[in-house]
Amino acid sequence: MSDAAEFTKPRASVFAGLRLTWTAVIAGGVLLFWLALALFGPWLAPHGEAEIISGTTFAPLGEGGFLGTDKLGRDVLSRLIYGVRTTLLLALITTVISFGIGVTLGFAAAILKGWFDIVVSRIVEAFMAFPSTLLALVVIGAFGTSITVLVLTVGLVLSTSVFRVSRALGYDIGVMDFVEAARARGEGTWWILTREILPNSMAPLIAEFGLRFTFSILFLSGLSFLGLGVQEPAADWGLMVQENVGGLFLGSSAALIPAACIASLTVSMNLLVDWFQQRQQGETVLEKIDQ
Amino acid sequence: MYRIILTRLGQGLLTLLLASIIIFGATEILPGDVAEAILGQSRTEEALAALREEMGLNRPAVVRYFDWLGGLLQGDLGTSLATKRPVADMIESRMWNTLRLALLAAAISVPLSLALGLWSAMRAGGKVDKTLAMTTLAMIAVPEFFIGLILMKVFAVELKWLSASANTRPTTSLWQNFVALALPVATLSFAVLAHMMRMTRSSVINIFTSPYIEMAALKGLPKRRLVVRHALPNALSPIFTVIALNLSYMVSGVIIVETVFGVPGLTRLLVDGVTLRDIPLIQACAMIFGSVYILLNLLADVLSIMANPRLRYPK
Repeated sequence: MSDAAEFTKPRASVFAGLRLTWTAVIAGGVLLFWLALALFGPWLAPHGEAEIISGTTFAPLGEGGFLGTDKLGRDVLSRLIYGVRTTLLLALITTVISFGIGVTLGFAAAILKGWFDIVVSRIVEAFMAFPSTLLALVVIGAFGTSITVLVLTVGLVLSTSVFRVSRALGYDIGVMDFVEAARARGEGTWWILTREILPNSMAPLIAEFGLRFTFSILFLSGLSFLGLGVQEPAADWGLMVQENVGGLFLGSSAALIPAACIASLTVSMNLLVDWFQQRQQGETVLEKIDQ
Repeated sequence: MYRIILTRLGQGLLTLLLASIIIFGATEILPGDVAEAILGQSRTEEALAALREEMGLNRPAVVRYFDWLGGLLQGDLGTSLATKRPVADMIESRMWNTLRLALLAAAISVPLSLALGLWSAMRAGGKVDKTLAMTTLAMIAVPEFFIGLILMKVFAVELKWLSASANTRPTTSLWQNFVALALPVATLSFAVLAHMMRMTRSSVINIFTSPYIEMAALKGLPKRRLVVRHALPNALSPIFTVIALNLSYMVSGVIIVETVFGVPGLTRLLVDGVTLRDIPLIQACAMIFGSVYILLNLLADVLSIMANPRLRYPK
């Protein structure tokens, strides 16, 4: 970055500097497509979110709507377009919550050390000694299904692994020479955290954010598929799969289309994080997952 | 060695206890209680008080926790709110379905992923390794129900070779059992394959690039001795951990698979319990899954300690 030659390069090399691979381009394209659809969906959807457009339920592709109709005769295409908004927004909120909790506690544990670190680490370990899906089911069983409960529960469950990552990052960076130098200069804890540790842990945190985002899409759509996540009449991809599974035997693909959309979203996200990771650290995202 | 194993067993017991506190606590912090849930909206104060008295809900939470824990230890899992039947009976009739699914999936996915992981590790950086890496990257991100539905669409709806419903009776023949179970077992194996393969790969690479293996190779040890005496004892412990860890992926996988293929198993019971907010049922099911998971991890650790001399001595 500090290389002076970087600045004299012509503008055209901005893309070359990104070192794009064809998988990254395709994955990025897919994600941009869904993002655009989430933003402009309501103006593009031919019908309403829960509007019944046809008397025929599970109409095949091309009949009723472009992608057929679902179990109540609603337009699959319209619900798909409205659904991307719910799916992406909920995943984003849960990931942000998990990062809010995980990064704050993780860095706090790494900087404060001592009893705070021990107590929080032990609690996180206790939660991790337990399958995360099970934890979410127990909490949802106790509180009932609502969007707030859903988002908070999944956010909390995911925050355990964010905590581990940011605590490790905080510990690793906290002992580096430039942090020592800042301490010797007499900078305060807050300054060291925001000016030294945070900027230097940005790349791994972004990669972790991508991974958690993928995981939270999978987690939330899994819960919706079980009927414990987003509730009707709202459109959500996981919920759409659950609603229309019965149509599979009637030759309808109303359940397969949203399932394939979720897969396209999560696979693209993973490929993009992989590209980012390789560019930043020269290691693949799989090595991150393997740990 | 025995002292270390005993310490680890003690830790496992403590984790179990902690898990029971988490489960009981999570179902306790809700506003209102089970009595309110049973009576619903049309409750009167007197009926509520009477029911609380009957169910012992007006005792402090700590007393009720120990009561529940004591019951668990004696095999009394409580009574379901929705069906009024003892939870133990409900679980007993369904346990076998889930267990069979998980065991069959493990029997297929564990050897397959170990073989693929080893293959990938030996060709690290090569074409095979890269292809497998790309495939696993995609596989990890695909939801289990998508795999299940695609398999169902192809093999049950279009080709009609296999059954989409895994509901079997003791009287069905071996072939019918295969037809019924092939798809759910395949889906479940698929779900855990990617993770297990990657972990096997990285643990094998880790060991073969370590200095002591290089040393052993340089001093001219025969390859057999190198692998069996030097590499294997160290490779076994991560592999045990890998297998145990994947049972956690399997827990979430089983929940989806049982729903997709209509298996009347334990996780279906748990999901139904969550839908109906049947607290005793949720507590019992969660405790069973939690203990199985914790005990398997414990077993993996104990086996690792026995296999690997380095783990026998505290640092």
